[in-house]
Amino acid sequence: MITDVGLIAVLLSFAASVYSIAAAVHGARNKREDWVTSARNAALVIAPLLTLAALLIIYSNLTNNYRLEYTAHVSSRSTPTVLKITALWGGQNGSLLFWSWLMSVFVAGVMLRKWDKNRDLMPYVIAVAEITQGFFIALVVLFANPFAKLWQAPTGEIVGAVFGASGLFATLNSIGMSGIAATLFAPAGSLPFTPADGQGLAPLLRHPGMIAHPPFLYLGFVGFTIPFAFAMAALITGKTNDAWIRTTRRWTLMAWLFLGIGLLLGARWAYDVLGWGGYWGWDAVENAALMPWISGTAFLHSVMIQEKRGMFKTWNMFLIILTFAQVILGTFITRTGIISSVHSFARSSIGVPFLAFTAIMLVGSVGLLLARLDDLKGENKLDSLLSREAAFMAQNMLFIIINLAVAIGTYFPIFSELLTNNKITVGAPYYQSVVGPLLVPLVLLMGIAPLISWRAASAQALGKNALTIPGPVTLAALVLLFVTGTRNPFALLGLGLVIYAGVIIVIEYVRGVRARHKAIGESWLLALWNLVGRNRRRYGGYLVHVSIVLMGVGIVGTHFYQQETQQALAVGQSLKIGDYQATFRQLELVPSGQADKQIVSARVDVQHGGQTWTMRPYQEIYGNGERMTPPALWGNMQQDFYLLLGGYESDGSLATFKVFINPLVNWLWLGGIMFIVGTLVAAWPDMREERQAVRAGRRAPSTVQA
Amino acid sequence: MQKASGKRQAAGRMGKWAMALVAGVLVGLLIVGAAAAQGGKVTDDQVNAVAKQLNCPVCENVPLDVCETQACAQWRDLIRQKLATGDKPEQIIAYFRATYGDRVLQSPPREGFTGLIWSLPFVGLIAGLAILVVVLRRMAAQPKAEAEVEVEAKTDAVADEYRKRLERELKELDK
Amino acid sequence: MTEITSPQTKTSSMVWRVIALLVVVGLVIVLAFGLRARYAAQPRSGAAPDFTMPLYAGYDGGLGKQQVRLADLRGQVVFVNFWASWCVPCREEQPVLEKLWRQYRAKGVVFLGIDYVDTEPAALQYLKDFGVTYPNGPDLGTKISPKYHIQGVPESFLVDQQGNIVWFKIAPIAEAELTAQLNAALVR
Repeated sequence: MITDVGLIAVLLSFAASVYSIAAAVHGARNKREDWVTSARNAALVIAPLLTLAALLIIYSNLTNNYRLEYTAHVSSRSTPTVLKITALWGGQNGSLLFWSWLMSVFVAGVMLRKWDKNRDLMPYVIAVAEITQGFFIALVVLFANPFAKLWQAPTGEIVGAVFGASGLFATLNSIGMSGIAATLFAPAGSLPFTPADGQGLAPLLRHPGMIAHPPFLYLGFVGFTIPFAFAMAALITGKTNDAWIRTTRRWTLMAWLFLGIGLLLGARWAYDVLGWGGYWGWDAVENAALMPWISGTAFLHSVMIQEKRGMFKTWNMFLIILTFAQVILGTFITRTGIISSVHSFARSSIGVPFLAFTAIMLVGSVGLLLARLDDLKGENKLDSLLSREAAFMAQNMLFIIINLAVAIGTYFPIFSELLTNNKITVGAPYYQSVVGPLLVPLVLLMGIAPLISWRAASAQALGKNALTIPGPVTLAALVLLFVTGTRNPFALLGLGLVIYAGVIIVIEYVRGVRARHKAIGESWLLALWNLVGRNRRRYGGYLVHVSIVLMGVGIVGTHFYQQETQQALAVGQSLKIGDYQATFRQLELVPSGQADKQIVSARVDVQHGGQTWTMRPYQEIYGNGERMTPPALWGNMQQDFYLLLGGYESDGSLATFKVFINPLVNWLWLGGIMFIVGTLVAAWPDMREERQAVRAGRRAPSTVQA
Repeated sequence: MQKASGKRQAAGRMGKWAMALVAGVLVGLLIVGAAAAQGGKVTDDQVNAVAKQLNCPVCENVPLDVCETQACAQWRDLIRQKLATGDKPEQIIAYFRATYGDRVLQSPPREGFTGLIWSLPFVGLIAGLAILVVVLRRMAAQPKAEAEVEVEAKTDAVADEYRKRLERELKELDK
Repeated sequence: MTEITSPQTKTSSMVWRVIALLVVVGLVIVLAFGLRARYAAQPRSGAAPDFTMPLYAGYDGGLGKQQVRLADLRGQVVFVNFWASWCVPCREEQPVLEKLWRQYRAKGVVFLGIDYVDTEPAALQYLKDFGVTYPNGPDLGTKISPKYHIQGVPESFLVDQQGNIVWFKIAPIAEAELTAQLNAALVR
């Protein structure tokens, strides 16, 4: 079968990965440039190999090859073509291959682009990256192999195995390696089996959001491997200046961006499809992706200080290790289902090897950091307590505490079950009540940070800038909010803080543009363009802060002022919520175009503010009994009207509807878009900067030559 | 074999129980709907207000007010019955806790071992603040170096100079 | 910028480093235990975990008690069945279980029905519908099922006279299968 080529490609990749580690370390220790180059080539060749493997899985899906276990598992004859392609990451085995493939592409990118800049670090960058890469490929080969075929065992059971019937199945089982046994071999006497059709993707996964959400998450997770590898290389070689940070700055920013987009897409998917009325459930798997993003944000800010002042080398090392560790831990808890979650994958045998890798990575990196602690002493002096450095430190501390709070909530059930034999659940209320208050000082810091200069700020100047305009504007906004009905003190506090931060950023922009306009005579628009263009990191960063402001508005609105109601309505009956009135008109059966899917839709007339329109919430009922209740949405910047169809009588005379009103929720999505724009602006390469960096790199102490 | 859990089933396991389950769900909701339509004293909103504080006892981490399985419909029915007989929400929640265990609560109990979950972040914050203060003071107390550390790539140097220039110009303009 | 560190600061710094490393190792160990707990399978042999179960009113199966303890039934063959009223496959096997209970009761076999995560009214209706007469009770606080690591319902365990598990079955049971197992257990 042609997919066997894919299997061979994966096996070759594993061999290349192992070779690459050995060659890189050997070359580095014996100062043999040719061995290091060989290691680089081995790492490079993995990318096309895994590309081939991934393409063959997609090909298998597209050609309805149900002999392949994975295709039978995630695809079916009635699956739309687009979903057949994206089903590559629809199940555990394929998604691990997909992950490995992404990593190989990233590593290839580093090999090609950064090769000339950090020759002294490169051997160990290769080694560390390939240890991670090799682990994931090994996982794919031995425990979660998408190239397994279907066989029928003598007992009649249908099993998946890569190599088919063999006595080795029993042998490996008897020595306790049942996971590997089951992946590679079928019981002796098994015969090939080809089902007539596949099972198809789970209904919840057939939404566009779910198509884009895993790739972006993986891009983020895998992306953080690169700065981690550089950091480890810096520790191993002792080159602990900020070369590794400068080299990986854009990688880190992009990984952080991708992870952020992945989180936003997950939130949007939950909002659009799940029908729970919200966008974030504080589920263990959601938290697993959020935690590296939080420590990643702390890291992004903290490395600015190391670049400017040479401070916090140890702390930055700690932060990148923490971020990468949380990527691995997060993947571990997601895929093994060790913490109860709605996102649980099916039980698989990857738990033990994954734990082993996690242990090696954690102990290895922390041990290395602790061993090299003395090399990391930087110029840790503060000129003044009132300085941007101090503000960054306070902000970092807050991020870490928030990270810790989320970690406590997420991991506590494991401890509780182990120590007290009592299963508990940690739901949204815990996280909201713990994380919420911590956001207050954090947003405040975000607001005034642009006004605090490096090294030493004058309290007078700070006070003047912080209060003269932003103060009254914010106060006025709050009064307006209060007068128009916003009475909740916490909502006012939250909105006040984000408005305050937003005002300060706007003032920063205005000052910069005005200065260019008056000094150089540029038009406002051109001044703005050039201002941002010449200071991308600063003004792009401000845009990201603006996005946080916008998202904060959405979060405050939905958290404090969400309304909901549920009612069963007869035909012609209405329910009222807020100043909306919804009248149930008719239940309709809609053709779905798919054999195993039934769609029942309700026609509802909604009246609000003098307007009337029709909404059609529906339910999808699948052949295997699963039901999906996506909402019908209508909204503007003020609020969303979120309508769900619940139960109904089969004669269509009665239907239950659930309605949420989500105030300001669209500010959240707007903020999400702004987040992407801002980060791209901040990350956009600046040719002049690049030239300066290269010049500075040449001036630096010479690197190890062969 | 059936497991009344939520979305992610091991594909194919549901098999022939599919339609039966669907029928069961619809029947369950029909009962609920009919009761409400007959002008039952307890509204869906009241039931949901209590269910929101609980988890589906069988599914993994799904709040009881949004869970769609027949089992959850049964539990919401139970809440409805108890509310109708005058039980207070706290009593109903206590009943669920006793009958199904602690994990049915959305928020872990504040007493006992699980109370730690509420106090640990607070302890962490205090410790973090203390460490921050100590480190800040230690760093501020260092004598100022005579030679400044030269940052190798002054990528922001241009921006810095530019900013200084801006400030100067602004001061000029403000006069 | 080198500092001359005194021996004491070097030792205390070493102590902190070791502690940090131990914390990391500790976390890994906790995760390992968590993994073991999550992947623990239903017991197919060995001593059956003991439990005490309250009984539904009217469903004490002639035991004359309000609750039953597994250890108290030592010396008899015990068939333990986890079920729930919301479980559709359970309905398939229920007539078989009731029939065989009536057949083997005289031989000293005890059938125990453990109601998993259920509501009492629905459970009692279910038992009434099938005319069940053997002891049944709720798994109060969901304390019994974790001991048996069940993944769902119906799941059944056969415990012999010495209190050891001799058979475990997921999914509905056929009459012939259970008859064979009961006979085998009684002969021991």
